[in-house]
Amino acid sequence: MIDKETMTGIARIAVDVGGTFTDVVLEAGERRVTAKVLTTPAAPELGVIEAVTTALQSAGVKPGEVGLVIHGTTLATNALIERKGAKTALVTTEGFRDSIEIAYEHRFEQYDIYMQRPSPLVPRELRFGVAERVAADGAVLLALDEAAVRTVVPLLKAAAVEAVAIGFLHSYVNDSHERRARDILAARLPGVAITLSHEVCPEIREYDRFSTAVANAYVQPLMAGYLERLGKALTALGVSSPLLLMMSSGGMVTLETARAFPVRLVESGPAGGAILAKTLARSCRLDRVLSFDMGGTTAKICLIDDYEPRVSRSFEVARMYRFLKGSGLPLRIPVIDMVEIGAGGGSIATVDELKRIAVGPTSAGAAPGPACYGLGGTLPTVTDADLVLGRIDAGYFAGGKMTLDPGRAASALETVVGRALEMTDVIAAAGVSEIVDENMANAARVHSVECGKDLVGRTLIAFGGAAPLHAARLADKLGMDRVLVPAGAGVGSAIGFLQAPIGYEVVRSRYMDMRQFDPAPLNDLFGQMRAEALAVVRQGAPEAAVRESRQAFMRYRGQGHEVVVNLPLGELTGGDAATVEEAFQAAYRALYGRTIPNLPVEAMSWSLALATAGVELPEVAAVGRHAPLASGTRTLFDVDRGTTIEALVYRRNSLEPGATLAGPAVIVEDETATIVPGGFAAEVLSAGHILLTRKAAP
Amino acid sequence: MSNNSLAQIRFQVMWNRLLSVVEEQAQTLVRTAFSTSSREAGDISAGVFDHEGRMLAQAVTGTPGHINSMALAVKHFIAKFPVRGMREGDVYITNDPWLGTGHLHDLTVVTPTFRGGEIVGLFASTSHLVDIGGIGQSPDGRQVYHEGLYIPIMPLVSQGRINEWFLELVRANVREPVQVEGDIYSLIACNEVGGRRLLAMLDEFRMVDLDELGHHIVTNSARATKAAINRLPQGIYRNSMRIDGREFPIDLVATMTISEGEILVDFTGSSPVSSYGINCPLCYTEAYTSFGVRCVVGPRIPNNAGSLAPIKVTAPLGTIVNPPHPCAVVARSTIGHMLPDVVFGCLDQAVAGKVPAEGTSNLWNLKLMAGHGLSEEAFPLDGSASPFNITSFHSGGAGARPALDGLSATPFPSGVRNVPVEISEAITPIVVWEKEYRTDSGGAGRQRGGLGQRMIVSSREPAPFAIDATFERVHYAARGRHQGGPGAKGRLRLATGKELNNKGRQTIPTGDRIIVEMPGGGGFGAPFERPAELVLDDVLKGLVSRRAAAEDYGVVITEAMALDRPATDRARAQPRRLP
Repeated sequence: MIDKETMTGIARIAVDVGGTFTDVVLEAGERRVTAKVLTTPAAPELGVIEAVTTALQSAGVKPGEVGLVIHGTTLATNALIERKGAKTALVTTEGFRDSIEIAYEHRFEQYDIYMQRPSPLVPRELRFGVAERVAADGAVLLALDEAAVRTVVPLLKAAAVEAVAIGFLHSYVNDSHERRARDILAARLPGVAITLSHEVCPEIREYDRFSTAVANAYVQPLMAGYLERLGKALTALGVSSPLLLMMSSGGMVTLETARAFPVRLVESGPAGGAILAKTLARSCRLDRVLSFDMGGTTAKICLIDDYEPRVSRSFEVARMYRFLKGSGLPLRIPVIDMVEIGAGGGSIATVDELKRIAVGPTSAGAAPGPACYGLGGTLPTVTDADLVLGRIDAGYFAGGKMTLDPGRAASALETVVGRALEMTDVIAAAGVSEIVDENMANAARVHSVECGKDLVGRTLIAFGGAAPLHAARLADKLGMDRVLVPAGAGVGSAIGFLQAPIGYEVVRSRYMDMRQFDPAPLNDLFGQMRAEALAVVRQGAPEAAVRESRQAFMRYRGQGHEVVVNLPLGELTGGDAATVEEAFQAAYRALYGRTIPNLPVEAMSWSLALATAGVELPEVAAVGRHAPLASGTRTLFDVDRGTTIEALVYRRNSLEPGATLAGPAVIVEDETATIVPGGFAAEVLSAGHILLTRKAAP
Repeated sequence: MSNNSLAQIRFQVMWNRLLSVVEEQAQTLVRTAFSTSSREAGDISAGVFDHEGRMLAQAVTGTPGHINSMALAVKHFIAKFPVRGMREGDVYITNDPWLGTGHLHDLTVVTPTFRGGEIVGLFASTSHLVDIGGIGQSPDGRQVYHEGLYIPIMPLVSQGRINEWFLELVRANVREPVQVEGDIYSLIACNEVGGRRLLAMLDEFRMVDLDELGHHIVTNSARATKAAINRLPQGIYRNSMRIDGREFPIDLVATMTISEGEILVDFTGSSPVSSYGINCPLCYTEAYTSFGVRCVVGPRIPNNAGSLAPIKVTAPLGTIVNPPHPCAVVARSTIGHMLPDVVFGCLDQAVAGKVPAEGTSNLWNLKLMAGHGLSEEAFPLDGSASPFNITSFHSGGAGARPALDGLSATPFPSGVRNVPVEISEAITPIVVWEKEYRTDSGGAGRQRGGLGQRMIVSSREPAPFAIDATFERVHYAARGRHQGGPGAKGRLRLATGKELNNKGRQTIPTGDRIIVEMPGGGGFGAPFERPAELVLDDVLKGLVSRRAAAEDYGVVITEAMALDRPATDRARAQPRRLP
């Protein structure tokens, strides 16, 4: 039943367990069915089974006909945010037990004298130093004190520790002490999950590596338990297909790898969204894209050039402090590079001491939710503003499953914002909408500067429940003329899962001064890395062709940030020193507009990625245009002009490819609505996507 | 009314955009800068100004040391080069410690932005250079002439043409010419980015210039700041703090006058200037003083001419907080970083329970080096050892807060980030053998002071290395507040026993190790009021010893690490021993 090359059976299912909703997408042949249920945080598999059952029924597919289930979940993320993981201990180099608490010795908020640093996942009494020392070049300065490791055992037992991370200095270059300590502990602590820092993150920078190792250990028992229960529940339902897990890098792995490195599953939902945007970009031949995913709590923004999202190796999870950099826990894992800000439909609006409207990052979440949900929320949110501005149909929210109360929305906006600023509820709503859009635009701009990229001329790809409501205005603010709203925009991440490749990336730190470039150890290193990645990929794709890419992380000597440099495949030779250095200079110039003559170049880390091709969508074709019939009209408030306007309303599921319409208009679908302002025209493409294009200035 | 309300929203959106413009300017600088302190520690500044040199917006990225100093610098530029004489493509530069940001290592670059032949605004940025010649970062200089190349306010680029001769002069006077030149280019580039973004913003919002928006920003910020000041009781509040200094202890004496919509901080009574490079030019004194005030008075109001104007700072010429030229000033942060503590002592009298206890405040950066002429013991020149020069950023404990313990090993008021030990070891022969909290270093209190940390460092090579020490709180501890105890003093010594001085260059002989013990922050509130369970938790974590729990907190903990409640109750019933 299953085609080994493509891993597809009759039907393929993607499951995205988010903080508020669990989304399921089922694809069988040309058909696509979606289901959205509330997440069941205590036992997420219950919500998954409910949504999968619904999807199977509405598609008329039997459980046994499912060929593949792809799963992404925020469970690991939430465990880290809510500090609900395992009781974890850290065994580390003597003299460094406070490394994960001292972090970067940094105050991320300049003016707040009440600032608090994130508390480490392992309290000090469960952090144990043992005598040992490896130098930066791998030399052993002090042998591992094995007796000291053994004396930790009774302490771990007494504390009923469930997981242990072992992190020694410079283990990324010499892992022997970590492995030996693991052997000693594993023999004496059966059933305790052990994470080695060099395995989960073989990279220089001790705090980041230890933090990653500790986070991995912390979520490991929980994730192993959940994945086992989910597997059993799917089997009980009659689904016996393979289960693949989505990673933060946008690749998929098997259960086995996911159990060993559960930290790589963090933020897999947003990665699915970026994969969707990437696939769409290729099928629509959009080589410069900004993907914009706005849900209930946050907005995620990602740059995609030449159909590849930017990747990064560092990421911060559980930012506790207004999403400020530095207020979370660093994870050094392969991730799709995104900026995430506290701007979603549930983001709450307030007025500050300067009488300025502030929106987010606090979110009303699903409970009590926006005021208009009528579930007890009294604080105005972005969704309330959208409702008051006429963008959302109160009677047709979530496909008519929920009725919204515009009176409550208006009252909340009036009470909190209107009174403080002496403005009506509608103007207050316009203000909230403008500020949240401006916040997102500013985050996108600063992110693009950090990446050395320009935004002007890009196409915005908008998905997630709130994005199509705000996308055109965001495009205005970013100087962009085109917005693509894909079919199934409300469940974009899950659709992205179905298009993801099976892939794995391995990173290793090996310092190299390019003046003394030595290809031999690098070839050895890449050989090991390739074998490691291939073993993982072959679990999920036994025979499919794989693509390889290699990168170096390089900088001018002494700089603090590294630049990603693409490397040639195959054996490196002495002559490649010049090639690699030239590639670095080119990458540096692309980022910063210039190079620095005469300054030595050094490489800190190397990476190798293997991936199957992933799913390619057929190229979007031109279709004959026609003018569709509107289903009604609605009064919208035009934020740019500051007046109310009449907009035509269309039902998305009644629009055929080729349908062309001019703004102002609203295109309504089950999970969201697309706002087409007066300055834009909309066209439905062959695959059902909506493309908004700015009209030429008159 | 609706139109007014819409205008109000429009102003807010434009203000947010202007803040985003300077944030992009700052990010460009951070990403392209070369010196570690600019890049890793964000020791930079970026802002936009109107024709009169009034600052309208400043990036949040950056350290407090540049807050007010750069805000005033642009006025000095346009006093020398009036705006009407500026041409498109001009760029100006200085590192004047008195007109810029306090020492020769900080370059400030100003660029006018033109639209249709008219100046619509000026962008300024400041970055810390890796070197500026002279005796380097050591505070051993006696005059500013010892401290490196002095660049008066002068043109750097004229109508698009860079002054190559100037660059050649700079290159010839600094130890790292390539990096310094790179930093100059990155300052030019970040102002350009700011200018481009501003022009795009003016187009998008159909604005002629920044005047109307600037007026809105300045008046609203001034009004909000004055309102915040007016919530404080008016009066005159005095405070004095003694710190280590160099050749003599230094008293920092402040008189704060809170009146209608204004706060004046005057430093009359403070110690005279030092003969070494720890003097703090008035611009830097203003920066950290106003930062201390702003932590309590309207901390969320953005920095601009309006929010800064109601806070005034004065100091008699010739005091350590207002040294005249040619006093040496390279380590002006030694004094500057202590000023918020002095300000807090005044504010605490006005509104008790709003400010933290004193902390380490001064940075405990390890400036380590090895090479010919750098240490008392001769450095081998036969290739057996590698010369190096590295600064890593470290901190002791911060003061306890009214409702929270102090932050351990965290800078305040500066906002630097440290460099990972593995990175330092990868690029130099140093080995860090320990970097851990110092038990009992946090001042006792209902809220405990933050802990300092101990670092032990050696070299792998058979050669000596040296340290440039600029440390405070070695002789005079950070004091607690409201009966809180003092933090532990700092200490500096060799593993073989010799005590080292807290200021100046000293040698770590071949094979020896240096032990650096950083101070702790002061406690807040009476230690006996700290819940016994929290003291027990501190003991279990090894942050407080059993002995200190009993002596300082009156909390008795058994050998089995359990709380002895009856013994604790008895101890806490004894007359309290005030620290």
